[in-house]
Amino acid sequence: MYDAGFFGLSWPREYGGQDLPPVYDVILDEELAVAGAPPRPSLGYLVTGLGRHGSRELCQRFLPGMISGAERWCQGFSEPGAGSDLASLATTAVRDGDAYVISGQKVWTSYSDVADWCLLLARTDPSAPRHEGISAFVISMHQPGIEQRPLTMISGVSTEFGQVAFDGARVPAASMVGAPGEGWKLAMTVVSHEREPSTLGFTARYGKTVRMLAARLPAEPGGDRTTPPELAWAHVQTQMLYAHVRRRLSEQLDGITHGSGGSLDKLLMTWTEQAVGHAALAVGGTGDAEALHAYLYSRAQSVMGGTSQIQKNIIADRILGLGG
Amino acid sequence: MDARLTAEQASLREAAARLADDLGPRSVLALSDSERLARLEQAISGSGWRSLRSDGAGGVEIALVAEELARGLIDVAFLGPVLADALRPSGPGVTLAIGATAIDARGATRALALDGTRLLSAPLGDPAGCADLTRAAAPLARPLQAAGEISAAHATRWRALAISVTTAEMVGAARGAHALAVGYARVRAQYGHPVGSYQAISHLLAEGLALIEGSESILRYAAWAVDELRPADAVRAARLAKVYCAQAARTVCETAIQVHGGIGNTWECLAHVFLRRVLVCAETFPVRLEEIDVGLPRLTSGSGVPCPPAGLAGPARRRVRAVG
Repeated sequence: MYDAGFFGLSWPREYGGQDLPPVYDVILDEELAVAGAPPRPSLGYLVTGLGRHGSRELCQRFLPGMISGAERWCQGFSEPGAGSDLASLATTAVRDGDAYVISGQKVWTSYSDVADWCLLLARTDPSAPRHEGISAFVISMHQPGIEQRPLTMISGVSTEFGQVAFDGARVPAASMVGAPGEGWKLAMTVVSHEREPSTLGFTARYGKTVRMLAARLPAEPGGDRTTPPELAWAHVQTQMLYAHVRRRLSEQLDGITHGSGGSLDKLLMTWTEQAVGHAALAVGGTGDAEALHAYLYSRAQSVMGGTSQIQKNIIADRILGLGG
Repeated sequence: MDARLTAEQASLREAAARLADDLGPRSVLALSDSERLARLEQAISGSGWRSLRSDGAGGVEIALVAEELARGLIDVAFLGPVLADALRPSGPGVTLAIGATAIDARGATRALALDGTRLLSAPLGDPAGCADLTRAAAPLARPLQAAGEISAAHATRWRALAISVTTAEMVGAARGAHALAVGYARVRAQYGHPVGSYQAISHLLAEGLALIEGSESILRYAAWAVDELRPADAVRAARLAKVYCAQAARTVCETAIQVHGGIGNTWECLAHVFLRRVLVCAETFPVRLEEIDVGLPRLTSGSGVPCPPAGLAGPARRRVRAVG
């Protein structure tokens, strides 16, 4: 896709993108879904995180490979003891000459099994206040001291999420993204972009599933098909999200970016995906492997990239001013 | 579609919001304040908004005004007259009849109705009560008489407008109810803290805001579609918006009642006034989930819907358009 000029449309030209407005990505996502092709990989939050916080040198070294797909990436944020409370992460990075030595556990690491590189958060200053002692690194996944184990999700999928154990893995000090202690800022950039439905291109994917489900409805005598309410509701939600993404993209043309508003978008996207999941179950039942998979997979959407409860805390606190 | 408001649209919205804030009922008691009602009537009739359509306004402008007026619970006629004017400009005192009842009949003496493409008209009897405390309904004093004919395209577009504008009213009323509840949650203290500081309350309000944002997006699309899509597609967009927003707005108003606790269940709390307006708007040009077309063509032409022509990937093309 990259070679044909269809990937990285909205990213900087200097790193292999095409500098186009994000609406081009959405057009592409829609066309991919209509054609029944697999969705484009979700990389936007990593590109934005590295692009915004990394030095020019790091960006030049890593962004072109990330965007062209020559090198694959994963994100080492969550830990067994640091999920919603990400700032409590315990993985350490200890300076040793011109390198750091990494020890700790990461979990829910998407595509850790195939990744060449990891954007890693680790604690560099245990004595600093907890948000200020965290730094970010680009670390090679191909080295001793890193052990990768797949996680099997409730859908049975074992190729998406992994657990990664770091035990003495090394990363050059020059591969730190930003200054020591600036890892939290990068984390906030990444997670807020993780919440944007337009970046993720999920909307078109939901529409594709709704069409797939509609086509499976059995025809009754006379040619009518009875649409289960779950499917009709999934269609309504998908169309809502479609209009919502268009509105957000239009607002971006005016330079309006939504910090905490991204949490509203994430909730809407989650409700849509889970409505589509319920529709899959209603149409296919547990005997339809594809439908069951879509349903079970949808349960993770209210957890990954910040749980729905965390999103509601952000909305209540930063938008509604309800304090907590 | 560019979902941004033009400068003119933004200032129209602002003007409607200001009028609603200045002259809307701020309490249940104020609903019967005849002095306020007289000033409000003067302001609305002076604004010219009841003839927006014949003055050349599009669906977006009319929906913006409807939304803001409903947010402020404006309790003189707007919806009925603006829809009657969109059928045929008829001057002051004319509202809309649906079946044998005139809606939004405060101050009206005649009603205009649409049957297929035929215009009908009748004088009104004495206004009767309505579940919506901000409006009156009225029976027709005499049977409807033929009053002309409009084109099929005009009638279909008008239907899209009617569905969209009643949808806009629901979204506005939901905003008003939500703002009322957020304000209350900030000041009402229990266990020594504002109730809005508790997640049990704040998460309900956060969900409400997400529902309102999703509603706004699908409504804006439908209002734009009134003038920009083919008439049948405009109706389809309006119906999707109405189903989504009816569900969302009712939920938001129910939440507003719950957040107000015991007070919310008393006549004097405005929350039920918003809810009543939402319920009546949902029943005015109602759309049921069961009637939503998920975009799959029937297999035969047995019951009135023509079978797409063979070849040319007819069914697939129709699916794509209907869902995309």
